[in-house]
Amino acid sequence: MIRLTEVAKEYPRSGVALSHVSFQVRKGEFVFLTGPSGSGKTTILKLLYMDDRPSQGEVWINGVSSKNASGREITLLRRRIGIVFQDFRLLEDRSAEANVRFALEVTGAPKAAFRPKVTRVLTQVGLASKALNFPRELSGGEQQRVAIARALVNDPFVLIADEPTGNLDERATRSVFQLLRDINAAGTAVIMATHDLDLVRRSNYRTIELNHGRVVFDSAESPASARPFDEPFDVQDTPTSTETI
Amino acid sequence: MQSAREALTASRRAPLLSALGVITIAFSLFAFGLFALVAINIRKALDQVEERVEVRAFLGDSADIEQVAAAMKDIGEFPEVSRVDYVSQEQALDRARKEMGEFADVFEAGVLPASIEVHLRAGQRSPAMVKTVADKIKTYQFVDDVRYGEEWVEKLYKMRNIATVAGIALGVAFAAVAIIIIGATIRMTVLARAKEIAIMRLVGATDMFIRLPFLLDGLVKGVLGGLLALLLVWVSNRVVNEYFIQTIFFDRDMMFFGVVGGAMMGVLGSLVSVGRHLRRV
Repeated sequence: MIRLTEVAKEYPRSGVALSHVSFQVRKGEFVFLTGPSGSGKTTILKLLYMDDRPSQGEVWINGVSSKNASGREITLLRRRIGIVFQDFRLLEDRSAEANVRFALEVTGAPKAAFRPKVTRVLTQVGLASKALNFPRELSGGEQQRVAIARALVNDPFVLIADEPTGNLDERATRSVFQLLRDINAAGTAVIMATHDLDLVRRSNYRTIELNHGRVVFDSAESPASARPFDEPFDVQDTPTSTETI
Repeated sequence: MQSAREALTASRRAPLLSALGVITIAFSLFAFGLFALVAINIRKALDQVEERVEVRAFLGDSADIEQVAAAMKDIGEFPEVSRVDYVSQEQALDRARKEMGEFADVFEAGVLPASIEVHLRAGQRSPAMVKTVADKIKTYQFVDDVRYGEEWVEKLYKMRNIATVAGIALGVAFAAVAIIIIGATIRMTVLARAKEIAIMRLVGATDMFIRLPFLLDGLVKGVLGGLLALLLVWVSNRVVNEYFIQTIFFDRDMMFFGVVGGAMMGVLGSLVSVGRHLRRV
């Protein structure tokens, strides 16, 4: 589904951001991308949603290759990818519902389908009762849930999350992470960049660690060391898709 | 439809920025419009003066009236000539008395010679062309002298050339300033919505989907700015007419093209601003 082959990325000013990066992500897999700041996590994610192209090598995602993807193909690909950022990137002057609907509107989807889809994903992230609230009226965790709802509304095959819990307190972090686990459990692959090692250790998902733009560890290749803390993740305050509001 | 709604929503969210956009466009087009109005009035004044360019051939006393009539027919067929008139000695005297009333009793019949007045077509009044016609007329035997105010025609022609070159240069400068200001105004709108554009791209909006609301926004602002500029120029023209000199205003076609020009600038400004922004992000 996703394959990076000998990917290198070099920027004219800041130099080498990635080199010799190769890995694959299977359908429905949950993958952590970890590493210190500047290790290349965000660059990899950008290459995945083709906001940028590799200087060398190839990124192959859902049948689209970075070597020859047209602008139209990239646009269509992004409609099948959900993207979530640390800073939420919500439109401040629109309600939660309008922010989610926005992702449907830009695809030119039939209008009749908007309401049920928006309601479904807002319920899924536990915010159906706050559909009409504006981002400033929501907590950080809630704003991130709206962003996740927006990412989910087009039924993506993969959710790409760049430090989605980076701006959240511990409680909100747990709740957002549980939501991502639920989404993954429902069949959507999740690729999550994070430097929250506690989160990584407490779950037993595949972990790819980067340093200076290189993959220094991939738990898929050495599974024994991948799960040093194979404990269940303790979540008490997390609304789930089955929660009724 | 979706684009129109997006454009409308964006204007409603930032009414001050939208109003500022329309006013900026209006004022830059107003400056251009005022210049254009001055230019067409100068041109009109020069045209009126130029209409008076004529070649006058004074006839000898022995001129045979039939020969003169035949020559007038020939001259009338020159491509440069629009009209040929005969001025008899009596008519010349009448005219002189009218034009110089205080000397009315000084003139007597027979003092002034008969003449033929040759009027030239518009666009055929350059010094060289006037001279060519004058030289041809000189060849008739019964013509004593030919005058066409050589120096005056040359000065007028030079003035007209200066006015044309200055008009084009200033016009281009004003238009360029208007385009730059309009472009900057629209760029402000684009930057104000940069976050929205970035999100649109991430969720899979096509470039056309992103561009269209801005193009509509530019079009509406251009048309409104153009109409406002037209109103301002009209008011200025009325004031000048009321208190200073009689001037002419744009005709209907010019007004139409002015507003269409504003709209085009709005659309082009948007196209360039959004295009540049999309290439960068």
